[in-house]
Amino acid sequence: MEGEKTCAGGREQKKVLRDAFQAAFPHTIPIFAGFWFLGLTYGIYMNVSGFSFWYPMLMSLTIFAGSMEFVTVNLLVGAFDPLQALAMTLMINARHLFYGISMLGKYRGHGWKDVYLIFGMCDESFSINYTAEIPEGVDRGWFMFFVTLLNQLYWFSGSTLGGIFGSLIHFNTKGLDFVMTAMFVVIFLEQWLKEKRHVSALTGIGLSLLCLLAFGPEHFIIPAMLAILGTLTLLGKPMEADGSSGGDGK
Amino acid sequence: MTLTQQIITIGMVVLGTVLTRFLPFLLFPADKPTPRYIQYLGKALPSAVFGLLVVYCLKNVSPLSGSHGIPEFLSIMAVAALHLWKRQMLISIAGGTVCYMLLVQLVF
Repeated sequence: MEGEKTCAGGREQKKVLRDAFQAAFPHTIPIFAGFWFLGLTYGIYMNVSGFSFWYPMLMSLTIFAGSMEFVTVNLLVGAFDPLQALAMTLMINARHLFYGISMLGKYRGHGWKDVYLIFGMCDESFSINYTAEIPEGVDRGWFMFFVTLLNQLYWFSGSTLGGIFGSLIHFNTKGLDFVMTAMFVVIFLEQWLKEKRHVSALTGIGLSLLCLLAFGPEHFIIPAMLAILGTLTLLGKPMEADGSSGGDGK
Repeated sequence: MTLTQQIITIGMVVLGTVLTRFLPFLLFPADKPTPRYIQYLGKALPSAVFGLLVVYCLKNVSPLSGSHGIPEFLSIMAVAALHLWKRQMLISIAGGTVCYMLLVQLVF
């Protein structure tokens, strides 16, 4: 009896995992295309910068933040300066703070899985796990876990293969990196269609564009984040007071 | 750089990345009520962040030189049109990407 019970429990657990995997996988297909392309590019870049495939392989496992890994190549070929490395990382990855604040509710209550979910919170995993409508009956923790794991697997395999076969790969993939842009456009649209007020979405696009124009492509993220934070804070008061238009002045 | 220096450098990048990801969860633990302001931000930020990410992807497009951002503009229109029509994430993303690849490989 005891054996039967654990057997049935095991079967049930397997079903939970399979259902979550089957629900999660389709969401990650665009990431597969994008991460393989970017990962291969990154591996090739490390390869031609004189690093063996071990570097992109281990860095994709431990850092798992695409744009930062490209920057790390520059840090590694430059002069040794650990504090600068830390400061640059904090600046480039500061956007994760916003993801974390948004995920305070969702990335909790799943035991050890939460640690991995937070560790693997790249732009893409955050975006999918925040917006995906997880079907009824599918375990949310496992769903988000598989999204994060698959994404990291794509990035890991892409960058490792790029590091190994880097110089041998020749095929016309020009423009394939647009898959990431297309995905974020779709996610932005989905969010837009779901929400009633578009103040935040418009704030995000508008201020980011303004900051891009003012500070240029390399330095606009931090000012844009501060501007978004400031504006949403100012807008928050009247929003919370629900329609009573702020009561400013007195 | 020696191997040790390389390991330290990569370690710093790992530390910085992990810090940015875990900090909000450490600052606002589950067993204490999260301040209303942070709760509000948690709801208001995502839409703005998705906007920021779209702009981030397009940051190197220059409207004044090269292809003037025309392939990007047309492909984003394709993505949006496909998505409003079918509302199927994969179709919109694949369609827009193929459109972009054709444009930059054959037209521009």
